Amino acid sequence: MRAQTLNRATPYMFMAPAAIIMAIALLYPLGYMIYGSFRDWNPSQSIGESEFVGLKNYITLFFDPAFRESLSVTLTFAFVVVAAEMVLGVGLALLLDRNIRGMSVLRTLFILPMMIAPVVVGLMWRYMYHPTVGTFNTMLKSWGFDGIDWLGQNALLSVIIADVWQWTPFIFILALAALQSLPRSALEAARIDGATAWQQIIHIKLPLMMPVLIVTGLLRLIDAFKVLEVILVMTEGGPGLSTEIVALRISRTATEFRELGVAAAMSNYLLMLLLLLTVAMFAITRLQEARAQRAARQIQED
Amino acid sequence: MPQIRLQNLVKRYGHLEVLHGIDLQMAENEFTVLVGPSGCGKSTTLRMIAGLETVSDGEIFFGDQPVSQLEPKDRGLAMVFQDYALYPHMDVAHNISFALRLQKRPKEEIKAKVKEVAEIVGLTDYLQRKPGALSGGQRQRVAMARALAKDSEIFLFDEPLSNLDAKLRGQMRAELAIMRQRVQKNMIYVTHDQIEAMTLADRIVVMSDGYIQQQGSPEELFKHPANKFVAGFLGSPPMNFLDSELIDLDGTLYAVGEGFRIAIPAEKAHALDQSDKAVTLGIRPSDLSYAPDAPPGLGLDLEVIVSEYVGAQSVLLCVCGQASVTVELKSETPIALGETLRFAVRPEGIHLFDRKTGTAL
Ligand SMILES: Nc1ncnc2c1ncn2[C@@H]1O[C@H](COP(=O)(O)OP(=O)(O)OP(=O)(O)O)[C@@H](O)[C@H]1O
Ligand SMILES: [Mg+2]
Repeated sequence: MRAQTLNRATPYMFMAPAAIIMAIALLYPLGYMIYGSFRDWNPSQSIGESEFVGLKNYITLFFDPAFRESLSVTLTFAFVVVAAEMVLGVGLALLLDRNIRGMSVLRTLFILPMMIAPVVVGLMWRYMYHPTVGTFNTMLKSWGFDGIDWLGQNALLSVIIADVWQWTPFIFILALAALQSLPRSALEAARIDGATAWQQIIHIKLPLMMPVLIVTGLLRLIDAFKVLEVILVMTEGGPGLSTEIVALRISRTATEFRELGVAAAMSNYLLMLLLLLTVAMFAITRLQEARAQRAARQIQED
Repeated sequence: MPQIRLQNLVKRYGHLEVLHGIDLQMAENEFTVLVGPSGCGKSTTLRMIAGLETVSDGEIFFGDQPVSQLEPKDRGLAMVFQDYALYPHMDVAHNISFALRLQKRPKEEIKAKVKEVAEIVGLTDYLQRKPGALSGGQRQRVAMARALAKDSEIFLFDEPLSNLDAKLRGQMRAELAIMRQRVQKNMIYVTHDQIEAMTLADRIVVMSDGYIQQQGSPEELFKHPANKFVAGFLGSPPMNFLDSELIDLDGTLYAVGEGFRIAIPAEKAHALDQSDKAVTLGIRPSDLSYAPDAPPGLGLDLEVIVSEYVGAQSVLLCVCGQASVTVELKSETPIALGETLRFAVRPEGIHLFDRKTGTAL
């Protein structure tokens, strides 16, 4: 009897340390943030001294044009970079998925941007975008073109380019891995069935890679919503609000405007958005599993 | 359509040469089986014909046309792979019709074709299923149906039955034999199963280590193997080999070895030019019959070591001197292990091979 109870408890005992750490490091701050988001709270007060205001922070934010602007910048940024990265990354993978000498060196080179710390990436691009001494404009001018006002008028485009440069490799590696694990003989069968290289991509490779690509895309999307350092270093959200993504606005609300409650509410909006994406991702994987299970059942029924 | 001809076909992977000049000519609508032990280059040969491997040297002809520079899709052939190679994301109907859809054939024609081949292979009830929801045998049929739907002139099979269990394999083999009667096309079939080779082939090509050892009809190869390798490879249980010397005693040529003496039939002896020669005597189990009173010179005395019961027949593993010999025996014959039995040798079943080179004498 006792031994049985012990047996049943064992897995929980092993899980306990992780659970405790999770509780302290994740749930506590999260709870703190949610609690704080219902209060009118500035940094000089302790949270107990702050006043309870109900949903006021959320409602103000909902009608706050600056926050809406920042949300729309974030959405634009996230969807544009992920779309561009998916197209480029998958395209590159399709191009480089062959055994030619030197290909492994080339592949390693392609992955480099991902391994650089975000702050460094930001500094690097800020320098390259510099209106007078930056790499791009000196190059353009030496070819006789006018310089472009990268981080001014075209700030959002510029940060998008930098992000695409940094994160395309991520999609590239995962897409390449997916490609290389495709059933080789199915591709050979397609060649014999008369598929051109392009038809192989459309009819065989992409559909078979799709499960991996969907999850990769969602992962990138979640990440893109949280981007902060690169933009912080490059533009600090400016000019105006043109590159002020939500993460940046949260930090400014907390530090510059000293409204911790509002910042917390903002974080919660972002959190809800991310949760939605995560749930979507899980739903998709579950759907795939369910499909596999249904297939297995069908075999057994025969 | 065309005869397929391989001319001095060579395959190298870097410095490693795995096919050493294959010369092979297949007649129109012939069912050719490439057979040989693992790693002998059967798949490589087939994949070169399909265009999936480049040709290092030599040429492949379909009719008069050299094809070694053509893409697989331009060679007009259909192939069944060992692992079926179905498209996992398409249902059975789409798998079968993939090639036709790429050719942009009319919808009704495609539909009719799918229906037709699905009936041939018995898949009509499974057209909406994905390959993941099919058993091995059903997948195998889909692969077959997909090849049939293309109406190619040339069919290539790379060990299509090797992933099936024994019973299903026998069944599919029979179905293949029936299909083969209906579909008069050039077929090249790779297997390492000599029973498949013997039952299906018009022409068997026995390969080993990247060389063709012998080619011909199954009967030809079975009755007149060109060398010891072919003799030992075809036939089940395999041929017995006994080291012996050719010795002339009173005008009769004998193969004499440890514990036995077998007379060589006169016609065969005439064809041999020399006596006193080291040879290997080859006798198939089916050419040995239990005969307690066979005269010496026509029989072997064998000591039974193991008896394997396989139904009506038992397979006996015996020794004769140092050599081990396999024989078959009706199971009801009362025998004891360790007993020495006499088996008569059918004179036509005597094969002699040069002991050094292995070529048939
Ligand atoms: N990509 C490769 N690189 C180097 N050697 C290879 C390569 N592919 C095959 N080989 C070699 O070529 C030889 C023939 O291979 P092949 O696949 O044709 O054998 P097989 O007769 O089909 O054998 P099995 O019955 O096991 O399928 C083997 O010795 C194999 O090791
Ligand atoms: Mg093979």
